[in-house]
Amino acid sequence: MSVPTTSEPLAASPVRKKQPWVQKSVLPGFGLSLGFATLYASLLVFIPLALLVLKSFELPLDQLWDVVSSRRAVASYRLTFGTSFLAAIINLIFGLIVAWVLVRYTFPGKRIVDAVVDLPFALPTAVAGIALTTIYAPNGWVGQWFALLNIKIAYTWIGVTIALTFIGLPFVVRTVQPVLADLELEVEEASASLGASRWQTFKYIIFPALLPSLLTGFALSFARAIGEYGSVVFISGNMPYKTEITPLLIMTKLEQFDYAGAAALGSVMLLFSFILLLLINLLQHWSHKRTGG
Amino acid sequence: MAGVVSNLSTSSAKRVQGATTEVPWIRYSLIIISLVFLALFLIMPLIIVFVEAFRKGAGVYFAAITEPAAAHAIKLTLIAAGIAVPLNVIFGLAASWAIAKFQFRGKQLAITLIDVPFAVSPVIAGLIYMLLFGAQGLFGPYLMDHDIRIMFAVPGIVLATVFITFPFIARELIPLMQEQGKEQEEAAITLGASGWKMFFRVTLPSIKWGLLYGIILCNARAMGEFGAVSVVSGKIRGQTTTMPLHIEILYNEYHQAAAFAVASLLALLALVTLVLKSGLEWQAAREHELAVRSAQT
Repeated sequence: MSVPTTSEPLAASPVRKKQPWVQKSVLPGFGLSLGFATLYASLLVFIPLALLVLKSFELPLDQLWDVVSSRRAVASYRLTFGTSFLAAIINLIFGLIVAWVLVRYTFPGKRIVDAVVDLPFALPTAVAGIALTTIYAPNGWVGQWFALLNIKIAYTWIGVTIALTFIGLPFVVRTVQPVLADLELEVEEASASLGASRWQTFKYIIFPALLPSLLTGFALSFARAIGEYGSVVFISGNMPYKTEITPLLIMTKLEQFDYAGAAALGSVMLLFSFILLLLINLLQHWSHKRTGG
Repeated sequence: MAGVVSNLSTSSAKRVQGATTEVPWIRYSLIIISLVFLALFLIMPLIIVFVEAFRKGAGVYFAAITEPAAAHAIKLTLIAAGIAVPLNVIFGLAASWAIAKFQFRGKQLAITLIDVPFAVSPVIAGLIYMLLFGAQGLFGPYLMDHDIRIMFAVPGIVLATVFITFPFIARELIPLMQEQGKEQEEAAITLGASGWKMFFRVTLPSIKWGLLYGIILCNARAMGEFGAVSVVSGKIRGQTTTMPLHIEILYNEYHQAAAFAVASLLALLALVTLVLKSGLEWQAAREHELAVRSAQT
């Protein structure tokens, strides 16, 4: 027991104690619905995920360390995180421009363009993978022009970045778009009537208001890219040490029946996923507080 | 004096209007940058799927999508989605009912936990079931003794699909049901309706569009899932290959046209999904507007 400080009112603690775990309601089905949802989620998602972490600790600690810090694993982290970060940056910039254009301007076909933004959510990753590979291969629609300049896109880290940009774009657009639509024009008018240039208004008024949603979109896009498998395996070429992403390395270990090794790498990825999930939640909390929602 | 005032206000109104948008050349450049970016990154991949699919003619196309292995892959994809989507609908309804209509401690944590499968790599989704039900897995020996196959068989594919699409429905319904409040349901119960009657007569009609929206997105992901399914399927051609896996096999065997032919079916599914999704969003916006207008009068 800590000594209560003066800033903490003493009366608050007995009230909190009396509060039940669930507030009474006339509505039925709380026990049934929460019970079923918890059972379903535990059996299908959380117990299996917990077992993954346990499985990786079947290895003695020094071996576990060897697996997750092997040269090949580190090369795969570098590629996975590097290209994911780059793709999320590209999405941050172009996602903001697309969201801006969709909210602020009118032009013919705007509704179709708006619907098309969700394509990466709807198009299966394997389809996106083979399509992008065909476009950016040295004899493809875009790849041939870069081949003239002696730049290879497919089967290099550039191709991986393009695939990850494709799958991450809607995250930034769809997080920024509603926030941008809710911004009050009066504030911009006030800023302009006080003599600010349009660029100053953007820099000091609009951009700070959009920042939480931009960062959330960036983090969502980054998180999705780190775990991505389907669209990347086709375009990456899968050369160990060079173009092998971590999820693929896990797949390789599984195919060699190295379950503990796969679990160890899986746990590393899981750890990063949870850190990002936590970060995204904090960002969304901040974003809600900013917009007063 | 009055003339001066009105003159002043019109000129300042003009200036203020210009102050909340950009000069034309910036406006047009931003629109062009957006359209070029979207065309390069989103539209071109969609177009090339159909171009490559028909490159060797309609005969090759129809042969590719009707051959037995392709037909089986289509069937397996429909089965996996047909089981995974309804299961996640039931979960989504249960979870959103408990979370949106009741106040309990740990609610925020529950909402966060529902998103976990979105944050986890699909390969990990497959891996965890492999560790449970694979030959060297926790239940491996037991399953082997009783001759039950989960990995490299249909149940494993269904499990992986369920995991990947787990959050879709709940995620769509929780904010919707929270926004709608619980007065109507409370009224139904106080007037003597049974729990199920209240659910089917009051709750379900008011969330139907949101539910449908969730189902469409969930289904698109279920049919297109690749990473998780490819870990657990074993890729036995004509037996455990879903459409995305069948595409991968064809592509790796350099049957480019056939791979894109099957891919074009999934691309069509994506287009239908986008059209339905936009239609539902339009419908929801219209109903919202009608509700606002009727509330005003």
